[in-house]
Amino acid sequence: MTAIPLGVPRRLVEFTLDGREARVPEGSTILDACRAAGKDIPTLCEGDTLRPKNACRVCVVEVEGSRTLVPACSRTAEPGMEVRTGTERARHSRKVVLELLASSVDLSTTPRVAGWLKEYEAKPDRFGPEAARLNEEPRVDNELYVRDYDKCILCYKCVDACGDQWQNTFAISVAGRGFDARIAVEHDAPLTDSACVYCGNCIEVCPTGALSFKSEFDMRAAGTWDESAQTETTTVCAYCGVGCNLTLHVQDNEIVKVTSPYDNPVTHGNLCIKGRFGYQHVQNRD
Amino acid sequence: MDLHFGDSKPTDDERAAVDALLGPPESSWEGADRSDADLRWARGGRAARDRRDLLLPGLHALNDRIGWISEGALDYLCRRLTVPPAEAYGVATFYALFSVRPRPATVLHVCTDLACAAAGAGGLCAGIEGRLRPGSGVSVQRSPCLGLCERAPAALAVKAGDPVRTAVSAPATVEDAVLAASAPDSAPAEPPAAMAVPQAGDPSLTLLRRVGVVDPSSLDDYRVHGGYTALRRAFELGPAGVIREVTDSGLVGRGGAAFPTGRKWQATASQPDHPHYLVCNADESEPGTFKDRVLMEGDPYALVEAMTIAGYATGAHRGYLYLRGEYPRALRRLEHAIAQARARGFLGDDVLGQGYAFDIEIRRGAGAYICGEETALFNSIEGYRGEPRSKPPFPVEKGLFGKPTVENNVETLVNVLPILTMGAPAYAAVGTARSTGPKLYCVSGSVDRPGVYELPFGATLGELLRLAGVRDGLRAVLLGGAAGGFVRADEMDIPLTFEGTREAGTTLGSGVVLAFDGTVPLPRLLLRIAEFFRDESCGQCVPCRVGTVRQEEALHRIAERTGAAAADDIALLREVGRAMRDASICGLGQTAWNAVESAIDRLGAYA
Repeated sequence: MTAIPLGVPRRLVEFTLDGREARVPEGSTILDACRAAGKDIPTLCEGDTLRPKNACRVCVVEVEGSRTLVPACSRTAEPGMEVRTGTERARHSRKVVLELLASSVDLSTTPRVAGWLKEYEAKPDRFGPEAARLNEEPRVDNELYVRDYDKCILCYKCVDACGDQWQNTFAISVAGRGFDARIAVEHDAPLTDSACVYCGNCIEVCPTGALSFKSEFDMRAAGTWDESAQTETTTVCAYCGVGCNLTLHVQDNEIVKVTSPYDNPVTHGNLCIKGRFGYQHVQNRD
Repeated sequence: MDLHFGDSKPTDDERAAVDALLGPPESSWEGADRSDADLRWARGGRAARDRRDLLLPGLHALNDRIGWISEGALDYLCRRLTVPPAEAYGVATFYALFSVRPRPATVLHVCTDLACAAAGAGGLCAGIEGRLRPGSGVSVQRSPCLGLCERAPAALAVKAGDPVRTAVSAPATVEDAVLAASAPDSAPAEPPAAMAVPQAGDPSLTLLRRVGVVDPSSLDDYRVHGGYTALRRAFELGPAGVIREVTDSGLVGRGGAAFPTGRKWQATASQPDHPHYLVCNADESEPGTFKDRVLMEGDPYALVEAMTIAGYATGAHRGYLYLRGEYPRALRRLEHAIAQARARGFLGDDVLGQGYAFDIEIRRGAGAYICGEETALFNSIEGYRGEPRSKPPFPVEKGLFGKPTVENNVETLVNVLPILTMGAPAYAAVGTARSTGPKLYCVSGSVDRPGVYELPFGATLGELLRLAGVRDGLRAVLLGGAAGGFVRADEMDIPLTFEGTREAGTTLGSGVVLAFDGTVPLPRLLLRIAEFFRDESCGQCVPCRVGTVRQEEALHRIAERTGAAAADDIALLREVGRAMRDASICGLGQTAWNAVESAIDRLGAYA
């Protein structure tokens, strides 16, 4: 969980986690409790400062008395609950969900997913070479960021971040239904004709790299993107007086992208177009 | 919220369609011409945003008048309601009955689902598509179940205009369907609802006793036939008394989940948060189900009365009747019934002079099976995509508009009338100890007299099928619809109760009994079921969104294979099916694999 100022003391909820007593503050999710207990539950759509959408279903666990598995990221821990995280049933669902995802979209830029695929012995190939994939070309229609829906797992985080949870611009939504559902702006128009204000907060929350900086996209295409060679420096944005923190990602003495720390009480990871994209003047050496 | 609206303008027709629903715009902020006053102050915003739930009716207004929803039309509707265009676009593209691309004013929906497929829908579609080619002015669409299974195969023509016109052709021939599409007004009238009730007029009937007997357009006739005695009894008992009767009757929900109705009502009534809402789920979209349609078409006032009682018992003053978009006749009958009841004081500020205010609003669905899921239905009414919410919180606590809500389906509600008129003990004496009362069954497929049957709980499958005239050579029966399961022809002793079907390893579901003889190719039927769920998945969660696709692919691969050649893919189906059952958000994904699994295990499909 993000480090936030302490509020009023909360009551502790006692329940059983994999056979052991667990005590978490009232309102905590099962996932919070797992993390506090040092258990690694895979998650993709869970989003830090966003309300859990529990759409990816990778974090399912078994709760005694529940007919189906429950998503750890959104189910609040209740007193007396008996939660089991590593049962064959839960692991089976996680494995199949990872296989379903990996067989339909490109997870090559999703952090940690390669490890989970290995851990759960997922074999995305077993659905055969004819298995339907998204197979979409990246949409490059502006100079700031790229939408590559072939990597999109429909976690709804960008929708929530653009909407009432972060930005209040409401430029993105999910259109269509079922396997044909896609993240889209109004009328599925190019970004430049949409309500987008290019704050880039959707890129900030995207867990798979389906939304990325044009700079990162181009460097990946050229084979020059190298995260191990990058340094991160957090500074204060100089454009206005709000005081947003910027984390500059620098490779070869060039800023390649800008993020913002989630634990900053001013921004919680939000930036505007200037803070996020307006860095060229810093490195304009002519 | 600083919304961006595009430059595209609505046509006069589109503007008129929206204004007919919402009234003319008051200022340029919501789409009128600019006046001097608009430069100085703005109104709208929050007030308009509170009407977000008019988005779906607005989309219907456009689709009904124009036939599709253009950019300019959608933007204008968004401006009127202060809804972000991206969200409205997401909603419009969610529903199968709407189009955001230009298309002809007339759409002919030809049912390709289970009962119709068994009755030759494939050939019918090909014949119609041969006659109505692109350019003919009619768009032919292959449709999921239209709920006309007793008259399969079926087609529904919708001709946009002011007003919109509809015509049903069932049982359909190529000629009839083409005629219905080209001249909906001169198409022959539908047979009366009672034709779907082979037992009509039988004095032993309870739920169906008025169908075919009462004039569905006459409130007086309804009262002559015992209408509104249950509501009077409800007022004598008071809300707590009504809930006690319903609880003692043992009534459980007839939509498929079989939850005790009294407990649900009690839980809603006791919520401190107000207002409370009542929602009647009339989004009957389960392939093979048509009982709610027959009830609504044949005895509409019964539903109006039952909803009033449910609202009174649970402390709701507003009831939403969410009716599936493919039921034009039920819509007309209910609109008329509600207007008459309102005019005569059976709805409104002071129902029957008892000081209780209650009114009913009809909301039309727009072609989405998932909206039959209770929380998806709330989202749909509220003007969002019809995606299910995760539970908890449960609807009794936070339902429609975030308020305590009781949701029941049509058949469940109509059961409340006999409970109040005959009393809970007499009602509970019908049926078995754990499944009380009468039950409706939708029998279709290979039987001589398809239709809605009413029997007390406890009758066996064989008894029901004999009543419907089962034909020789019965191969299998699908119980509970596409989300249910197959049973074999030698399992006719299964008692039709919730506990009896459970013991037999199957489900009663919504009461579908679809009989198939040996002429129906089983693999093709299973493929159709898989295709149905792939089409109807909302796409929100991964197990269902991708799982339904992978299952359909596997079934395609083994369509012509059996035994060892199919073993790999059957193992794959089982693994995916298990994860879908365990990890999907809602019942659609959790049950999507049931029917196919039962066909493999019980019928030996692909063995």
